[in-house]
Amino acid sequence: MAGATLELKAAIAVTRFGLGALPGEIQAAVADPGRWLEDQIAPTGSESAAPGRARTVQRMAALTRYQAEQVEIQKSGQDAEATAERLRTLRRELQAVTATDFLERFKLDALTAQGFRRRWSLFWSNHLTVSAVKLSTSLLCGPYEQEAIQPHVFGRFDHLLASAIQHPAMLLYLDQAGSVGPNSAAAVRLRNRPRGARDAGLNENLAREVLELHTVGVDGGYGQSDVTELARCLTGWTVGDEARPETAGQFVFRANTHEPGVRTIMGRRYAEGGLDQGLRVLHDLATHPATVRRLCLKLARHFVSETPPPDLVGRLVQAWQRSEGDLSELARTLIRTPAAWRPEPQKLKTPYEWLVSSYRAVNRSPKTYGQIAPTLTALGQRPFYPPSPEGWPDEAAYWAAPDGLIKRISWAERFSASVSAQMDPSAVARASLGLRLSPLTERTLARAETRKESLALLLMSPEFQRR
Amino acid sequence: MNDTSPSRRSLIGAIGAGMTLAFAGRSLASDGGLSRPKLVIVVCRGGMDGLAVTPPIGAPDYPGLRGAIAFSPAETLPIDADFALHPSLGGFHRLIISGEARIVPALASPDRARSHFEAQDVLESGASSAYGAETGWLNRTLQVLNPGRAVEALSVGATAPLILRGPAVSGAWSPGGKTAASSRLSSLLTDLYAGDSLLGPALAQGLETELMAATALAAADGAGALTAPAQGESISLGRTVAGFMVQPGGPDLVAISADGYDTHANQGRVTGALSVRLAHLDGLVEGLRTGLGAAWRRTVVVCVTEFGRTARVNGTRGTDHGTGSTALLAGGALKPGGIVGDWPGLAPAALFEGRDLRPTVDSRSLFKGLLLDHLGIDRRALDRTVFPDSLVAPPLTGLV
Repeated sequence: MAGATLELKAAIAVTRFGLGALPGEIQAAVADPGRWLEDQIAPTGSESAAPGRARTVQRMAALTRYQAEQVEIQKSGQDAEATAERLRTLRRELQAVTATDFLERFKLDALTAQGFRRRWSLFWSNHLTVSAVKLSTSLLCGPYEQEAIQPHVFGRFDHLLASAIQHPAMLLYLDQAGSVGPNSAAAVRLRNRPRGARDAGLNENLAREVLELHTVGVDGGYGQSDVTELARCLTGWTVGDEARPETAGQFVFRANTHEPGVRTIMGRRYAEGGLDQGLRVLHDLATHPATVRRLCLKLARHFVSETPPPDLVGRLVQAWQRSEGDLSELARTLIRTPAAWRPEPQKLKTPYEWLVSSYRAVNRSPKTYGQIAPTLTALGQRPFYPPSPEGWPDEAAYWAAPDGLIKRISWAERFSASVSAQMDPSAVARASLGLRLSPLTERTLARAETRKESLALLLMSPEFQRR
Repeated sequence: MNDTSPSRRSLIGAIGAGMTLAFAGRSLASDGGLSRPKLVIVVCRGGMDGLAVTPPIGAPDYPGLRGAIAFSPAETLPIDADFALHPSLGGFHRLIISGEARIVPALASPDRARSHFEAQDVLESGASSAYGAETGWLNRTLQVLNPGRAVEALSVGATAPLILRGPAVSGAWSPGGKTAASSRLSSLLTDLYAGDSLLGPALAQGLETELMAATALAAADGAGALTAPAQGESISLGRTVAGFMVQPGGPDLVAISADGYDTHANQGRVTGALSVRLAHLDGLVEGLRTGLGAAWRRTVVVCVTEFGRTARVNGTRGTDHGTGSTALLAGGALKPGGIVGDWPGLAPAALFEGRDLRPTVDSRSLFKGLLLDHLGIDRRALDRTVFPDSLVAPPLTGLV
């Protein structure tokens, strides 16, 4: 029976911990499913979708050029309609990169042999969400994942957190870039001008989300004063502008907008120290017991079950404490905990996960953004557009909406019609689900009238909808 | 060719009934091609039960084999002492009486695997075995008809069926808008989700909403005024297709897919799942006939399936995958006559592998005969190009 056990474990490794099986992938994992996963843990983090693509600095430069042109066009005195049309065109050109970024990431996920590494990275990217809701952040969602998240996903969590919080995408998304300490040198100077030229003050948005979403959580034991203190502490964290070309488009610490003084956050005092003060707070928040407990639970919920075995969460917490938040140790512990391998599929795939795994099942990837974006949007997961800083929900109840299910059926029919020619759907089913394929589904597929019907049934089967 | 677009609503309706079409036109000839012979192939997918389409009421073993789903002669539309038609095929029955339709009661492709996918591949590719050809025989027919000339092909739906797939330039036409999930897939999924406490209720709720939306749309459209709305859609599809065919430069060769013939359980008799499908098929042929008008005289329509079903009724009042089945021929170009091909009977020793109707006509012979007599394609091309390695299946001539 050891053979059957390994075969089942291989199917779980590839479909639950990975992104769904490419043809042959389950077979490749059979020899040692745990090893197959652990081999994907890499100190260098997750690979990038398109390493050659423009990074944050270039995107910010393009944004600056766009904004300058915008001013020029508005000053040019053309009639309103022509002006609006030119601005729309410019904006479309500017934002074309977002679609390409997303398509490249989707293609990577559809074809990668490192499915676990990518899922792990997507988890952290969603935990530290940036949304394309603003023009600036829409240009940076792709670079953010590549620069701030992926290199650190198998390093220490406090490093990942600092990297994410300091990235221009996050600073702009949660309005940190414009936050100014009320008693900072810059604010004092502004106030002393006759008729204060502009308002300058604190913005608490990022500080609040760091506490509520990124670290200790809403029940983590902080209060409003902690939020305000953290906001004061993070003043000066911003994005360099064209005034100093060597740091334009990059994270900078501006001492003259930083609120001076000692800060007290969650009962700890932080001596004045400029940039270092904020980094010390982030470190302590990243290693706070409430953060550890909360993130271990979130990991277990994402990878295993919405009601995860307590044993699994306990072991993750121990691993975190033992390793000082080394995420590669967390990944290893997840893989090595037997309770994480319960054979019943527990998690409903999000639309993104489902589409990716569908493409993987037939060993293809989309050619254009248009092949995936409208569907993801219709299914409630608009590309790079999570609804809040909390990221995409992870609960089945959210995604199993009746209308969403009907839309999944429609997509499954269209997708199957376009890819199922000359395909043996039963073989695709066995290769994509292995021993997780239920006899009922197997019988239903065999009775389908056409290949496309059979493939659509596979993609809609309870076990393919889950992982 | 798209000057007269088919009515979007009628096509959506017909597609909802499990029908899709694909057709190919030739370059404009001096007379617009209106005098050329026309061929329509309707692929009935799922394994159409020939013994229910044309019940062999004269066969002594028929009532015993079919049990609960056997027809009494009085329920059927009589053809002769041996055969009758399913009661849903009233239009076809009129054509038989007028000498414009015939039946081929024991036809099969060369495939014997009883797999839908393989059998449809063989039927449509024209190869002698599964995976034997990547292109469809109707596409190769066009190439033979039109050497060196661009051929235009059009399909409705996401892809062209294999029968028309090939080097011929093809485009896709789709009614657009939101494609409602097909009723068949939804019903299969309802069964598959029966034990699923999350997906089962969600699907049920979603389908209920869809139904309400569809009803509202139908009411807004004023649909349902015709006799049987479902069959009305198929008549409308047939007329729409005919409308394409009679335009100058319109397609001479048409392929239509009709899904939903896989009747493993409760296939019904006078009413039931199969009777609805056959009513659609009857409506489609009726729509073609009326829509083609004078061109009906130069037309042959072939309704054919990938395999027949078991001679015996199964434990769920349905039938399982079998071998021989009935092909239906209609069209003003046909010569009048009786059944096409030999009838092997249903005696125990006559059954193929003790369970299925034994085929006496190779589907390639039927197609080759029609291509030879009706379209004038030469024998050499038929044996080698259109149906590779098909010397064992000589053309069944004299039908046209």
